[in-house]
Amino acid sequence: MASSDPNKNYLNEKSGLMSWLTTLDHKRIGVMYMIAVMFFFLCGGIFAMLLRTELIHAGPTIMNSQQYNQVMTLHGAIMVFMVIIPGIPAFMGNFFLPMQIGAKDVAFPKLNLISWYCLIIGAIVVVASLFYHGVDTGWTFYTPYSIKTMNGTTLVVAGAFIIGFSSILTGLNFVATVHKLRAPGMSFFRMPLFVWALYSTAILQVLATPVLGITLLLLVFERTMGIGIFDPEMGGDPVLFQHFFWFYSHPAVYIMILPAMGVVSELMATFCRKPVFGYKAVAFSSIGIAAVSFFVWGHHMFVSGQSEVAGILFSFITMLVGVPTAIKCFNWVATMYKASIRFDSPFLFALGFLFLFTIGGVTGIMLATIGFDVHVHDTYFVVAHFHYVMVGGTLMAIMGGFYYWLPKMFGRMYNEFWARVTFVLIFVGFNVTFFPQFILGTMGMPRRYFDYLPEYQPLNTISSIGAYTIGTGFLIALFVILHCIFKGEKAPDNPWGARTLEWQTKSPPPHENFYQQPVVTGGPYEYR
Amino acid sequence: MFFSSPAYASTFMPPAGTAIAQQVDTLYGFLVAISFISCVLVIGGFVYFSFKYRRQSENEKGGGLSHHNLLEFLWSFIPFVLFMVAFVWGWIVYSHLRSMPKDGLEIAIQAQKWNWTFVYKSGKSSSGEFYVPIDQDVKMVMTSKDVIHSFYVPAFRNKQDVVPGRYTTLWFHPNKIGDYQIFCAEYCGDQHSGMLAKVHVVSRQKYEEWLANDEFKGLSLEQVGQKVYTSRCMVCHNTTDEKKIGPGWKGIWGKEEALEGGSTVKVDENYLRESIVNPNAKIVKGYPPAMTSFAGQLSEQEMLGVIEYIKSLK
Repeated sequence: MASSDPNKNYLNEKSGLMSWLTTLDHKRIGVMYMIAVMFFFLCGGIFAMLLRTELIHAGPTIMNSQQYNQVMTLHGAIMVFMVIIPGIPAFMGNFFLPMQIGAKDVAFPKLNLISWYCLIIGAIVVVASLFYHGVDTGWTFYTPYSIKTMNGTTLVVAGAFIIGFSSILTGLNFVATVHKLRAPGMSFFRMPLFVWALYSTAILQVLATPVLGITLLLLVFERTMGIGIFDPEMGGDPVLFQHFFWFYSHPAVYIMILPAMGVVSELMATFCRKPVFGYKAVAFSSIGIAAVSFFVWGHHMFVSGQSEVAGILFSFITMLVGVPTAIKCFNWVATMYKASIRFDSPFLFALGFLFLFTIGGVTGIMLATIGFDVHVHDTYFVVAHFHYVMVGGTLMAIMGGFYYWLPKMFGRMYNEFWARVTFVLIFVGFNVTFFPQFILGTMGMPRRYFDYLPEYQPLNTISSIGAYTIGTGFLIALFVILHCIFKGEKAPDNPWGARTLEWQTKSPPPHENFYQQPVVTGGPYEYR
Repeated sequence: MFFSSPAYASTFMPPAGTAIAQQVDTLYGFLVAISFISCVLVIGGFVYFSFKYRRQSENEKGGGLSHHNLLEFLWSFIPFVLFMVAFVWGWIVYSHLRSMPKDGLEIAIQAQKWNWTFVYKSGKSSSGEFYVPIDQDVKMVMTSKDVIHSFYVPAFRNKQDVVPGRYTTLWFHPNKIGDYQIFCAEYCGDQHSGMLAKVHVVSRQKYEEWLANDEFKGLSLEQVGQKVYTSRCMVCHNTTDEKKIGPGWKGIWGKEEALEGGSTVKVDENYLRESIVNPNAKIVKGYPPAMTSFAGQLSEQEMLGVIEYIKSLK
């Protein structure tokens, strides 16, 4: 176990840049993911601000349509592949999954480091596309457009392919870690719900990501060697690409949201000081969502020309995913019944998550209702829906989890007042930005539009103002986090009085996490 | 039920141009109502608990239940039933949207970057303007010449992707005279948001008149070219010398253009014709190979008209 010197921790055990770039410590790798994801988020966020500025009024504002389409593509690709997918599993999961099950590290530390390098190399390849005419396909790379358009597309697709390995290897690592490295007494049903969520996610990452990898590789082959797989001019089938793509990318939206649900479960238990209501139901619903999510990809293709029977079946199965999701929401609310609630900013973000995710969820059911979907498919209604789930859900959970675990990661407290300010700005700004987009979609405004008809003007302007509010919130959050890391007051080992294992060791944790091997004798949330 | 009243249901919905559109609006009203109630329950629940169960003292612990079989069954089962109602209702509306009538007016639609062409059985075709008679089943057989587009008319609450290399179909039965917006709803490149057209639902008599009318009758060749320009070329070309997606037309007649690859070409009748029929044969330096061929879409009169029109832009 860790050295007994109480002044040594994972941060000061070794020093120098090389000690970080070659580290095998899951915590240090987690911090490197943190830095990478924060940087990518900043880039994706700047692109978002450019998009909303362009859309603030009708007609060209600050760019032309080619530039807009490139910015739109990069915003989507960066946010999906480089921020939201690695955001919770690779960053927080890396840091806290081993700690929460009482392990010294993940099962394959070297693989863990390789995963980080895959993300970085993939990201560099994606950015390199900017020097080859950029890419304007949207993050979904639909064929045959993506076969006919600019040279940079090959690089972005190749970059996403490389990033995929980061996701697969991380998933593999987590599955092995959960099965093999649990502390004595840590049975499956004593694992924190965050671990359950990561475990379900890991299964999805291992099973679904290879399909995306193969699809993207086929696309690269088609572009570079002219093998006709998707382009009808060469005898291919463009809709086949959509089937392949969504077979990964639908499970991928659960790769994005399941870990967020895990974080929220942790926050609920800690700040309510009681066990999460219906622990087993919440745990199994993660697995249930993961399993069913493989069979709903066709709801992205209701109007693609797939058969009508398929459309109806996919509508039905999509409704089924709603059930375990609803169970989780009700269980979280029930957790608050007769609780003892403290409203620190991590918990405010958890409540923000619950608020926004509920709206994202019910609009998801509306979209699953095929007779209504045909009208709003590919409109701003869909844009609003997935931002409510991905940003309102996942990013709120990332922010909550970030503030929650900062004291553990760096041994310092953040500024509570400014953290609450960021919550208010992000939460209010988010609703101002995206709620009007539901209405725009209902009115019929299609998505990915550089320009729009005059009747969509007022709501677009409101939406852009909301976007600046969110942007301000995240900028302040960046300063709150940096201030905490470098200048924050010293934090106690367990400032929230939480019961899970990561809080039972020092802040910041020593090199191998615990001074003695923890032995588990009860559930994760036993506050009584 | 209050949510089935059309006034409520059509909040934010564009005006309905078909009977099925009203069915969609009723379904939408139902969905909004159950969504609203669910949100009030969940959000109201946690806001109430937030106030009621604030931590009062540092040593206080949470109490209450951690598990309740009946409750958990109920909040799984009731949503399930509601979801099934939404599913079945959606299925019924969808089957109306998609069950093609046996007979009906058949019109072919060709999509290409970035305009819509409507081809009638009489041989007449039009671009950007889609005339149909009221109270008539209209069937569309659609295909694309380049990438995937999507034919979307908000007033009919219906859309269908238009895919290259195959035909997809869609139908509607307009029951209100008016002009309705057509959008492209599947991302197709630079002028995706400019790929607009209008459905004109008119009386049977007006429709027949429009169909019989030769739109170029009595026009000079240059005026024919100008008309073709407005409906097909304007999305990508300016009549000034300003670059849009492709080169602006002003002053290009007779000019030596530098091409990608270093050679040059003189802009004459043959070069213009080739650029319309086989646009990627010679790409002017600094432009993307973005244009889709108009081969077979322009009559000889229209082709000559466009060339004449370009000549006139000095």
